[in-house]
Amino acid sequence: MTTLSPIETKIHPALGEWELPTFLPEDQLPSREGDRVIQFREALREAMSEEMRRDKRVMLMGEEVAQYNGAYKISQGMLDEFGPKRVIDTPISENGFAGMAIGAAMYGLRPIVEFMSWSFSLVAADPILNNAPKMLYMSGGQWGCPIVFRGNDGAGGQLGSTHSWCVEGLFANVPGMKMVIPSNPYDAKGLLKTAITDPDPVFFLESERMLGDKAHVPDEEYYIPFGRARLARAGDACTLLSWGRPVHFCMEAAEALAADGIEVDVLDMRTIRPLDIDSVIESVKKTSRVVVVDQSWPFASIASEVITQIVERAFDFLDHQPKRVNTVDVPTPYNKHLEHAYLPNADRIAEAVRSVVNA
Amino acid sequence: MTDVSAGRERLTDQLSDDVLVSWLYDMQLIREFETRTAQAYQQAKIGGFCHVYTGQEACCVGTIAAMEHDDPIVTAYRDHGHALARGMTPEACMAEMFGKITGCAKGKGGSMHMFDKPNHLYGGHGIVGAQTPLGTGLAFAARYQWEVMGEGSKKVALAYLGDGALNQGSFHEAQNLAGLLNLPVIYIVENNGYSMGTSIERGTTMADNLVLKAKGYGIKGLQIDGFDILNVYNQFKPLVDECRDLQRPGFVDLKTYRYQGHSMSDPQKYRSKDEVEEWKSKDSIAALLSHLMSERSAVTEADWKTMQKDIRDRVKKSVDFAESSPDPEMSELTTDVYANPQPNLSPTEDYRHGVRNPLL
Repeated sequence: MTTLSPIETKIHPALGEWELPTFLPEDQLPSREGDRVIQFREALREAMSEEMRRDKRVMLMGEEVAQYNGAYKISQGMLDEFGPKRVIDTPISENGFAGMAIGAAMYGLRPIVEFMSWSFSLVAADPILNNAPKMLYMSGGQWGCPIVFRGNDGAGGQLGSTHSWCVEGLFANVPGMKMVIPSNPYDAKGLLKTAITDPDPVFFLESERMLGDKAHVPDEEYYIPFGRARLARAGDACTLLSWGRPVHFCMEAAEALAADGIEVDVLDMRTIRPLDIDSVIESVKKTSRVVVVDQSWPFASIASEVITQIVERAFDFLDHQPKRVNTVDVPTPYNKHLEHAYLPNADRIAEAVRSVVNA
Repeated sequence: MTDVSAGRERLTDQLSDDVLVSWLYDMQLIREFETRTAQAYQQAKIGGFCHVYTGQEACCVGTIAAMEHDDPIVTAYRDHGHALARGMTPEACMAEMFGKITGCAKGKGGSMHMFDKPNHLYGGHGIVGAQTPLGTGLAFAARYQWEVMGEGSKKVALAYLGDGALNQGSFHEAQNLAGLLNLPVIYIVENNGYSMGTSIERGTTMADNLVLKAKGYGIKGLQIDGFDILNVYNQFKPLVDECRDLQRPGFVDLKTYRYQGHSMSDPQKYRSKDEVEEWKSKDSIAALLSHLMSERSAVTEADWKTMQKDIRDRVKKSVDFAESSPDPEMSELTTDVYANPQPNLSPTEDYRHGVRNPLL
């Protein structure tokens, strides 16, 4: 009993037999261009439905996901296809159903838990932070927790202070979890499929403001690996990086800057844990300037983390101190104009880029 | 708390002497184990928070005896008894508390985190009440497995909690979900009368009739004298059978008492010595021993002496084993963090898999 053998498999044996999908290099993935234009919410639905068809252990639970067809219509039609045993309406009881899903994941299911909003996940902080990401470690490698928590993150549009949480800064602090924040339908589908097939607990952050966004999503199946940023636009004046909804603000800012002859790299990080810092460093080595855009508060935020890592790894390449554009460091206001000013927006981003480029 | 089956043929009457003797063995094993645990704690060989089970032995042994081995169970932090009753070796349990690599959680869990996959023990959990939704989830998945996937058979999950967890929201949410979704989970409140230093009357409404709380969620509840293991089995087994058959939840207010403080650092100013002595006079091990000696004539004084000695030796061996086992290698610090470690998950660590858990 004292001679313990090392684990040599890629996937920890606590999870049992496990197959990871095949990940193709970015340039071999199906095209992002085409005319199969669907909404972000449909891309999410396709990802869940494809994985549920493939694997009976995958099921969906959450508030209004079944009979109501989803509070945001993400799961529309899934009750009809998969039935009430696999698409389960829960009461408003996040602490209870998140914990229940974790127990189910330990037993061998692969639950998808929909939080109507990540703001509501705060009452489930104990199960999602204290149980899911720590189970493998505190059981000494006997049980993992293959689960996906997903829902709307960030300001939804005049929802006020309590409903506008960006939880990434808070939650990504915890080792044992993975975090995905897609910015567009194509990535959302490929990343959610990867999340469902990943053996670790994945926190998948969507945005209510993007669910209606439309883009081409290919018919064929594809998986996008975690930890690979996407270069959304290329330039050499500055590295501009973000994740989730603010990527669009960055693109808007990049457009405005280009009119003034300032061309920037825009990196869409796609996943926060793992964080593709290698691509960031590669870009920073080219541009020597960096602006990080983050829709959560500045103090101890993902932006702080990204900048720390850049400074640790590429200090000598920087010609200007890194800048961050976060939400204003106050509770989320209700007033429309105040909320707009509170969020990172193209104007604030462009201004930050100009300040590092023109210095 | 009267034995409803009194005067009739009791379920335990149909059990062989061997079965009851094995219960006696397990209860005494837990008691001796906890005595040694307390000693080792006082010698600073065990660190952190440590909660011993002494006095409550009939609870875990009696309820687990009513289960199938592959019925999943989950408990709180006073978990050594459940681990041993479920079949974990004293070595793996003691070594875990000593923080050694040979422990059930490779020394990464400690006293409050006893996990045993081969014995279907889904942990010892440290946050009061947190294990109750997990137990609900075990029942959900077990039901899902036969109902949706067409595999396995009907199971019943057990979620143990202390009376201190009665007022946690997680417990109420767990019960509501179990009642709503018809999940085969039994919540067993090991009601030792105190949540740390707060007596149940000071923290909980309807303390003398907790079953009403389950009733509020449409769950069948029983109040059982948890100091008499025959009674525990006789009342609990039919509930397990019913929950398995109907795939419905259950609730048990299992009245018991802990002889020691809440944790090893508890001066116990909140209760009198007389109160402790009164409970000790009804001791569950003594009661079972008396039944086996006088009513069954299945155990003699000499047998009992031999059994006690065997147990002392066995537990002593587990302490020696724990003591002589190695600490985890420093490289174990960053293992078992991710099941699928990838680059760039952390700015400072490169996660890898370590050594295989000794129980697997």
